[in-house]
Formats: sequence, C-alpha cells, structure tokens
Amino acid sequence: MATALMTTPTEISWVDRLRAEGAEGQAAVAELHALLLKAARFEVGRRGAEVAHLRGGDGEDLAQQAADDALMAVLRKLDDFRGESRFTTWAYKFALLEAAVKVRRRAWQGREVPLEDEAWATLSAPDSAGRGAEEAELLAALREEIERALSPRQREVLVAVTLNGVPIDVLAERLGSTRGALYKTLHDARRKLREALAERGFRVEEGSEDR
Amino acid sequence: MNHHDETLGRVLGPGGPELTCEQCFDELDRYVELTLAGEPADERIPGMRAHLEGCPACAEDFRSLRDLVGREGG
Repeated sequence: MATALMTTPTEISWVDRLRAEGAEGQAAVAELHALLLKAARFEVGRRGAEVAHLRGGDGEDLAQQAADDALMAVLRKLDDFRGESRFTTWAYKFALLEAAVKVRRRAWQGREVPLEDEAWATLSAPDSAGRGAEEAELLAALREEIERALSPRQREVLVAVTLNGVPIDVLAERLGSTRGALYKTLHDARRKLREALAERGFRVEEGSEDR
Repeated sequence: MNHHDETLGRVLGPGGPELTCEQCFDELDRYVELTLAGEPADERIPGMRAHLEGCPACAEDFRSLRDLVGREGG
C-alpha cells in the first residue's frame, strides 16, 4: 500500500490550502485550475485527430470548460482524497475524464448513433481470409443468442458499443444514462451471452484482448 | 489475432470478475502510480485489468493518465 504518501506534507498541504480561507485558498484554487487546464489541454491535444472540425479556439474552449468542470468536481470530492496517490495524479483524472467526454461528444455531435444495423452482418459474413468451421459456427451462434438471449436494451447497448464503435459516453448522453449504468447493462449482456454459448457447448476463453 | 477474434473479444468482453466504472475511476490514480512504479498493480487492485479490457472508455482514461503522469516523471 502507498501509505507513505498519506503523510507527505505536499499532499496534505494541497488539501489544507484548498480549504483555507481568503487569499491562501484562492491562490491554491488558481494553482489547481492551472494544473487541471494543463491536463485538459493534454487530453484535447491527443484526441485532436478524432475531431476533424475541432479547429482554432474550439479545442481551447473545450479544454477550458473541462478544467472548469474538473475544478468543481475536485473541490466537491476533496473529502474522498485518501492520499493513496499524489494529489496531482488524483486531480488530473478528473480533468482527463471531463476533456475526453467532451471531445467524444463533440466528435459525434450531429451524427446519428447507430444502435442496430448492418454490424450484425460482420458477425457472420464470409471471411475472405478463410476461417474454420468451428469459428463460423461460434459466430453464427453468437449472432443468434444476441437476438434470443438479450433484452432489447441489452442488445441496443451491446451492438452500439461493441459492434458499431459508439463511445459509451456518447451513447449515455443520447439515452439519458451514465457510463456506469450502460457498462453494467453491457456486462450483464456479455455474461448472458457467455452462459448461452456455454450451454450450447462452445468454449469461450476469458481475457482475450491486450490493452 | 484476426478480425473475428477481435470482434468476439469486443462482444464477449474479458469474462471473470471486474470492477465497475465507478470503482475503476476511484482506483485509477493509485493503479497508474503502481503501474509506473513497476509495482504489481493487478495484484493490488484485482478486477482493474479485466475492466480496462472490457471498457474502452475507462481504458482510454487509464492510458491518458498514465502518459500524462509518466511524462512528468511519474
């Protein structure tokens, strides 16, 4: 455990300074905002390619909004900081999250979110590279179980996120939900599909993707 | 890994126990620092790796925080 960090003066002083009254507190908040803005610019910068129409001041506006929102989140959750990491690492994650969500939503602004469509076909289309009969059978069974075993909501989320590549934050905004709630729906759908495939005698390995 | 293996991986996810998105966010800073320090982050925070394999959005948040903090000297 990183317990040593819990007594590091720098980490304690960040929290104390942010809670301080008057000029000291204001200075700490300004310093924190500058750090959050740096993190937000970093995230907007690395995602710039995703948003073709994000030009000129648009990216800076997004970074500023993300830093402002992150500052409010950090100050609201100050009691949650347990000192298990550096304060700056803890604070950065709020700015990165705000910036990433804003960029993803901007990238999908005005675009239709495909919920169910031809993505189905990719699961059973003939593979020019040639695939084994067993794999073809598994994919056909998967497609059937997506239709049969899942609720309409589970199917909608699974197809949009895993087959159509819709960012989960974008889908959450369109459906009036949250990343966490939609991911739970996706997780439940995956569990159902795994169980259904196992009942049909297919062996599905765990942990197949490298990050 | 061919195209269909990737599709299967995305659809079926990692399997096994994993954190929720909320738990992932709560632990993200500690996980990143453990990773950058070369500590056994996956042993310290079970279920994190599986979640990052299953949730593309949280995986991107992880990579961003790791790269930002790493750039500053971890």
